[in-house]
Amino acid sequence: MNAFKRKKNWYSSDRVMPKVLLGFSLISILTTFAIVFILLKESITFFSSVSVYDFFTGLKWEPLFAEPKFGVVPLILGTVMITFFSSIVALPVGLGSAIYLSEYAPDRVRTIVKPILEILAGIPTIVYGFFALTFVTPILQKIIPSTEVFNALSASIVVGIMIIPMISSLSEDAMMAVPRALRNGAYAVGSTKLEVAIKVVVPAALSGIIASFVLGLSRAVGETMIVALAAGLQPRISFNPLESIETLTAYIVQVSAGDIQYGSVEYLSIYAVGITLFAITLGMNLLANYISSKFREDYGG
Amino acid sequence: MIDIQSLDLFYGEFHALKNVSMFLPEKSITAFIGPSGCGKSTLLRTLNRMNDMIKTVKIKGTVTIHGNNIYEPEVNVELLRKRVGMVFQQPNPFPKSIYDNVAYGPRIHGTKKKSELDDIVEKSLRDAALWDEVKGDLKKSAYGLSGGQQQRLCIARALAVNPEVLLMDEPTSALDPISTLKIEELIQQLKEKYTIVIVTHNMQQAGRVSDQTAFFLNGEMVEFSETDTIFSNPVDQRTEDYVTGRFG
Ligand SMILES: Nc1ncnc2c1ncn2[C@@H]1O[C@H](COP(=O)(O)OP(=O)(O)OP(=O)(O)O)[C@@H](O)[C@H]1O
Ligand SMILES: [Mg+2]
Repeated sequence: MNAFKRKKNWYSSDRVMPKVLLGFSLISILTTFAIVFILLKESITFFSSVSVYDFFTGLKWEPLFAEPKFGVVPLILGTVMITFFSSIVALPVGLGSAIYLSEYAPDRVRTIVKPILEILAGIPTIVYGFFALTFVTPILQKIIPSTEVFNALSASIVVGIMIIPMISSLSEDAMMAVPRALRNGAYAVGSTKLEVAIKVVVPAALSGIIASFVLGLSRAVGETMIVALAAGLQPRISFNPLESIETLTAYIVQVSAGDIQYGSVEYLSIYAVGITLFAITLGMNLLANYISSKFREDYGG
Repeated sequence: MIDIQSLDLFYGEFHALKNVSMFLPEKSITAFIGPSGCGKSTLLRTLNRMNDMIKTVKIKGTVTIHGNNIYEPEVNVELLRKRVGMVFQQPNPFPKSIYDNVAYGPRIHGTKKKSELDDIVEKSLRDAALWDEVKGDLKKSAYGLSGGQQQRLCIARALAVNPEVLLMDEPTSALDPISTLKIEELIQQLKEKYTIVIVTHNMQQAGRVSDQTAFFLNGEMVEFSETDTIFSNPVDQRTEDYVTGRFG
């Protein structure tokens, strides 16, 4: 009798458990494939009645008109506008707070601020949405009276606020990973704290910081409830953030919540919009991955 | 030139340096030796106030450089560190090009002109005995250099801001024997222009490079005199035990 004989407990076996766990991870992978498959299938049906060229170059999005027009440019522009203005809010504030937390904040402050940021990240976006509509918009209207009730700026500001914690926390992680020795090297030639932060730590953590920016922006691109609630449902080509607009995501909400006939071209259009959105955010996530792996600093000696 | 008077240093309650007094003449090389944890690095860091970054540190006594007490409240610490450079145990170049590593210091202290920076970079790399090996690769990443080259780059980076004093904390302990020898030769040359303090665990190294040697034990300076005296004819029994390897 071998004293090292394996006990036959199926659940403790190193052969069975990995398969079970593999099954779990397959669930999410298969779901992703299923989503892509459905998006593709329904989009193909859509594109049998609307040409791909017209869809991507058309300047008018009028799906409910007697003569419907499916030009996605206004929706993309709406999304780009929200992303652009929210990044003006989120990138500097997110990076600034990351610099503060990693370079300046005493441990005591950090242990208070970090959980607060995490709470901020956990607030449901619908809450942010009515915050934009009922709090930010009235303020904007006081400052600039011509501001419409639904406007891109209010939504952008709040989307920006929503993605600050993500940018701040990912950038901070990247900056905390910069070895203390690099900072000491900089201090030893007479750097101030600010110089160490800006000229040594930020450049050394740049790949992680940029990746956090790209991920944050891809969140802004995909953000739905805030823009549906506060930015309006007006697909138009406009560069004025005080007007109402419509984003890719808001259109999908509009159709999904409305009573459009299942299987109609208008109904199918959400799949074409959906796959456009999917492609954009996937592209951004891949870009973020690429940046953080390709340019990863190993700080190797 | 550097005058340390009755210096006590505490990490919180822990008394890490006990009543240390010593005078380091200009353009000399001083070695700090002693067993691990005796306070060599701590004392070295008091000379450019790198201990300021450690919250728990309390210091009593004075350190004066050219008669100026560096612990007076109005002292500009950045300016002090510009004049008292430091090289660390592990080479710690920035993840930047060789050129930008050396130019970092001059840039933050206000040198902007390309031609001036070029001159400083070349001169510093020459002084650090690295120029010939890297002159064609200045734009390449510092991380492509060997450990010994990186350490000489860090010396060049320290020299680039034109210090008077160079503090070196076990600068060769992470290096192979050949790189170590190169750095030791370099230290000897640097003595012509700089006042150097070096911490080392390597007795031969202390013997080879330094003019005077201080032996520390548990935060106390046991003995400080000419290096030859410390190694061949020490006054204190504990020093003799340590330098002959009979310690502990
Ligand atoms: N940041 C710190 N906080 C608290 N105690 C410290 C700190 N740094 C050093 N010490 C303590 O102070 C004493 C002296 O440390 P120091 O690093 O100066 O020793 P050392 O002589 O340089 O040793 P080694 O040869 O190992 O480098 C040690 O007992 C150490 O534990
Ligand atoms: Mg030490």
